[in-house]
Amino acid sequence: MADSSMAASTAGANPRRPLAGAGTSHWGEKLIKVFLALCAAFSVLVTTGIVLSLVFPTISFFGQIPLAEFLLGTTWAPAFAQASFGVLPIVVGTLIVVVTALAVSVPIGLASAIYLSEYASSRVRKVVKPALEVLEGIPTVAIGLFAFFFMRPLAEQLFPFFPWDTPFSIGIAGVAVGLLIVPLVASVSEDAMRSVPAGLREGAYALGASKMRVSMRVIFPAAISGIIAAVVLGTSRAIGETMVVLIAAGAGNPNLTFNWFGSAQTMTAYIGGTATGDISQGTVVYDTIFAVGALLFSMTLVMNIIATRLVRRFREVYE
Amino acid sequence: MPDNGEHVAERTAPGGVDTASPEETPVFSLRDVSVSYGDHLALAGVNMDVNAREVTAFIGPSGCGKSTLLRSLNRMNDLITGARVRGELLYKGADLYAPSVDAVQVRKRIGMVFQKPNPFPKSIYDNVAFGPRTVGMKGDMDGIVEKALRGAALWDEVSDRLRDNAYSLSGGQQQRLCIARAIAVEPDVILMDEPCSALDPVSTVRVEDLMAELKERYSIVIVTHNMHQAARVAERTAFFSVQVDDAGNRIGRLIEAGETGTIFTKPTDKRTEDYISGRVG
Repeated sequence: MADSSMAASTAGANPRRPLAGAGTSHWGEKLIKVFLALCAAFSVLVTTGIVLSLVFPTISFFGQIPLAEFLLGTTWAPAFAQASFGVLPIVVGTLIVVVTALAVSVPIGLASAIYLSEYASSRVRKVVKPALEVLEGIPTVAIGLFAFFFMRPLAEQLFPFFPWDTPFSIGIAGVAVGLLIVPLVASVSEDAMRSVPAGLREGAYALGASKMRVSMRVIFPAAISGIIAAVVLGTSRAIGETMVVLIAAGAGNPNLTFNWFGSAQTMTAYIGGTATGDISQGTVVYDTIFAVGALLFSMTLVMNIIATRLVRRFREVYE
Repeated sequence: MPDNGEHVAERTAPGGVDTASPEETPVFSLRDVSVSYGDHLALAGVNMDVNAREVTAFIGPSGCGKSTLLRSLNRMNDLITGARVRGELLYKGADLYAPSVDAVQVRKRIGMVFQKPNPFPKSIYDNVAFGPRTVGMKGDMDGIVEKALRGAALWDEVSDRLRDNAYSLSGGQQQRLCIARAIAVEPDVILMDEPCSALDPVSTVRVEDLMAELKERYSIVIVTHNMHQAARVAERTAFFSVQVDDAGNRIGRLIEAGETGTIFTKPTDKRTEDYISGRVG
């Protein structure tokens, strides 16, 4: 049956161009498809590999330390003689950095995005946008040094009445991380605002809306999904940032502290500071870095899920 | 005809070309108006008046500058970098482009409806309420919204779903929503830039009927590609065309303006006649 229909189609009006096709291009297509599928599968495999590499040492860790002690304990001193494995101090350190970084980067980033998208002339935009993107590429080591040698001493000179009890400050590290992610937040949300159809902008201007009103009431809500994506990317970057906090926030205090001005450790800084050459495999300390890594991974995952929900909830769909 | 007696549309203008109705000053008076984008002159030497409480149609082939001129009337061209308007463009006797004039205030009086329906991605209610909230209208917002939707002949179709997203409406309904949005702020003038070109014939008829109602309260200027539409809806028609100068630049020109009947049956210019009879364009 299939044969006869094939024959009928090849015996069409133009015998030089059979509909059945010449085998080679068909195989070429298949090959390309397989190759592309493999590339796509590769990143999935790598992610799975990362998760698995975290899972086994983490399981080994929780074989020795109860989950409740890890999650609820308020002293983090895995390498001390009197070892203690309460992760809260470094979770709080991370949260201080993230909240501070967002408090700096979201207002500045969104304001820059609104300026670039709605106020700036195309000439200004052509200069500023690439400059922003270059800023995104500044090595974080440089920013860490800047925070430690410049921002922290300057802050103490300007505000001597705060409890600057060490040369390190988790808060200043957070501000530096915030500066680091301003370009990211600005650039991604500017793209979202620019992609709002020009018709919406014109419609609002034609009703006598001022620039500020068009930006805040029309462009901003229409671009909200992209803006949330920008903030989520910034948050992930702040959670994961290691070098700046390693340099500027110090080795911290084993006990839970909320002192914004003093030294504290973050989860990443703990991992970065501990995973050096002289750590021996199979010890509890070795396993802690994976347990902390797994916790970090879960926190980012939960945040991404919440963000996806938020985007769906607030999205204004045009067309 | 139910009218508050304050304004009665003057329909019996004398046969001369381009004179304002004697009772009212024209809404717009244009004297030697030209518009350019950067170095490119898009439209030059336009002289005409637009009467109050009438529909005035701008017709002509693509690139003749009719939309450009329309966008100069409420300073929407300000949004395009490099756009520049020269000459004298008076709105009720006041220079629209005087340095002291705020374009935002101009647009509160002179509304606009666009070629492609462009409702905001918000509820039907919020679309209509956007303008009144922008200009700070006081009073019963529900009443303002209802009045505007009734004015745009859309109320009966949407009264039970005002909280639905505007994009749930059909294209024709969306365009009438945009008209409702424009009249909600009670402007003097409504500019319409090919308002029916994206609509089906049934929706087109509805919008045209609407224009006939709206002109009792508003002055309307409509740009249209459709000559039949101009003939159906407009009291006055202005015909624009493209002239190519020696350097090869294409510049829009107003060829003639006058009563629609005159323009369509006894045009004074050969180019108008050719365009209307379908020989060009």
